Amino acid sequence: MNVLTSFFEALDSLRSNKTRSALTILGIVIGVGAVIAMISIGRGAENSITGSIQGIGTNLLFVLRTQSSDVTNPQPLTLEDAEAISDPFLAPSVAHVAPMLEGQAKVTYDGESQLIIVSGITPEFEIVHNYQVTEGEFISEDQLLGRSSVALIGPDAADNLFGRKTGIVGETIRIEGQPFRVIGVLESKGGSTFTNQDNVVLIPLTTAQTRLFHRSKRNQVDLLIVEAYSPDAVQSASDEVSEILRNRHKTKIGADDFTILKQQDFIETASMITNILTIFLGGVAAISLLVGGIGIMNIMLVSVTERTREIGLRKALGARRVDILVQFLTESATLSLIGGILGILLGWGISYVVGLIAAANKANITPTVTLDTILLATLFSTAVGLFFGLYPANRAAGLEPVEALRYE
Amino acid sequence: MGNTVIKAINLTKVYKMGEIEVHALCGLSMEVQQGEIIAIMGPSGSGKSTLMNILGCLDRPTSGEYILDGENVSRLKDDELAKIRNKKVGFVFQSFNLLPRATALINVELPLRYAGSNHNHHEVAKAALEAVGLGDRMNHRPNELSGGQQQRVAIARAIVNDPAIILADEPTGNLDSKAGEEIIELLLSLNRERGTTLIIVTHDPDIAAHTHRIIHIRDGVVVSEERT
Repeated sequence: MNVLTSFFEALDSLRSNKTRSALTILGIVIGVGAVIAMISIGRGAENSITGSIQGIGTNLLFVLRTQSSDVTNPQPLTLEDAEAISDPFLAPSVAHVAPMLEGQAKVTYDGESQLIIVSGITPEFEIVHNYQVTEGEFISEDQLLGRSSVALIGPDAADNLFGRKTGIVGETIRIEGQPFRVIGVLESKGGSTFTNQDNVVLIPLTTAQTRLFHRSKRNQVDLLIVEAYSPDAVQSASDEVSEILRNRHKTKIGADDFTILKQQDFIETASMITNILTIFLGGVAAISLLVGGIGIMNIMLVSVTERTREIGLRKALGARRVDILVQFLTESATLSLIGGILGILLGWGISYVVGLIAAANKANITPTVTLDTILLATLFSTAVGLFFGLYPANRAAGLEPVEALRYE
Repeated sequence: MGNTVIKAINLTKVYKMGEIEVHALCGLSMEVQQGEIIAIMGPSGSGKSTLMNILGCLDRPTSGEYILDGENVSRLKDDELAKIRNKKVGFVFQSFNLLPRATALINVELPLRYAGSNHNHHEVAKAALEAVGLGDRMNHRPNELSGGQQQRVAIARAIVNDPAIILADEPTGNLDSKAGEEIIELLLSLNRERGTTLIIVTHDPDIAAHTHRIIHIRDGVVVSEERT
């Protein structure tokens, strides 16, 4: 018997028991649909998270102070450290250095108070973070040197304080009671997954050091944002920064009082986390596919029992063991194939709807259904059908013709 | 009468039912010539069904030799037996055993499909249906046919591979007497026209009277033979 004949015979026999076949297929549909939806949503989340990390800026290194018991005399990071790193002879891979002092402060306008992250920054911050102002202008070198009481305001912070995002330049806000003139409004960086980059107030670093955030050492900063010339230069920039800081802080190798985080590490970590999440979700979904497979096995066993006489007759007419085996395997594979195709459509639909819901909630997740996901799901579901069909088919093929013909 | 189609020598069949051994056949021997019509009669428990299973290559004897159409089939493997059944044996069952969802034509085609030949199945199956007088019912399903017609389809299925023997197990058992007579008449005419060897198991002495020879079985052996 050729493949096509067996396939049509299988379809015929599945059609003769429509409800039962449909319910069995449903198990596979849900399984495949769940696998596809979960993997697609996971991929979408991964893209969204790595995308928002990339949105912080490219080629960036973050240098932080570490408190470690291994270091005998830990030094904080200072403005002088920043100056040393920006020296092109000491650190040729470094393009820009933006030192930063950061803290939460009470920001007041017209009796409205908010706790907002206030960052003391230098003009380099504009470059490394690729910031644009929608109105006004960025903090200048003069304002930095003059310790001016000026502030840039993020769009969300503006919205919270003023109830609007434009026409704010020239207004005066109070930070911890001290007046600051607003000189610009920042463009929106989009909702980040970790912190809201739009709900910030930026002031000159020198002003922050002297008037707002008092640290143990003069000229101390919390964070150095270092921009390398290119993605390829990130590693050498990291090595150069390490060497400079070790020299300046007089620490031994392996006992640093600072930590360098590469943006690429963040992306890799986030990517790894979302990958694990995707595998986990996909695995849970695969269990439902497995349950669907057991459904196929169950129904095929019932079918074999019901058709014992038919099997006996076919054997009497000359069907070999393999003929019966193929007949029943074709039936279970057909069930799972149809289920797989419908499941792909279902998974696609779920992904699409989840994308719409995410978009409505500004979550910015675009589920991506890829060809390899579809191939994987189809292969897996057909394999499930064949695997779980094997036992019933084998049972049918092993029936003794005499016994099977006598079966009532 | 020409060649010997069936030659059974000293057949025994022992079933194990738990601890007890049941001797269904106890050294049965018989011969059937090509073109003969044989009736096998015997009370229930006499070993008729066991004998039919072995003659139809559905089962193997515990000991003894069975030579079918010149080939010793008593020790063949399952798949080899399946091939012999497909080529050399036609079955007609008491309860017809047609596939309920398939048309008459497809039912008749079934042995051809398993034969693995690439001949035109439709034409061969059509010819067989025409031979049993059902040329106009080819696309009907079994539930659209009368009992007599269903048995005719079964007979067409039995002759479609041009087998050496046809085994009919109570072929009229599920039919009224008129339809039963027609079926017997059809079998006899096939024997006349094609020289098909027929072995009929029956309780009915009227049917047995139509055959060439009656073999009586009891307790697993042939007790008597009579020519009619």
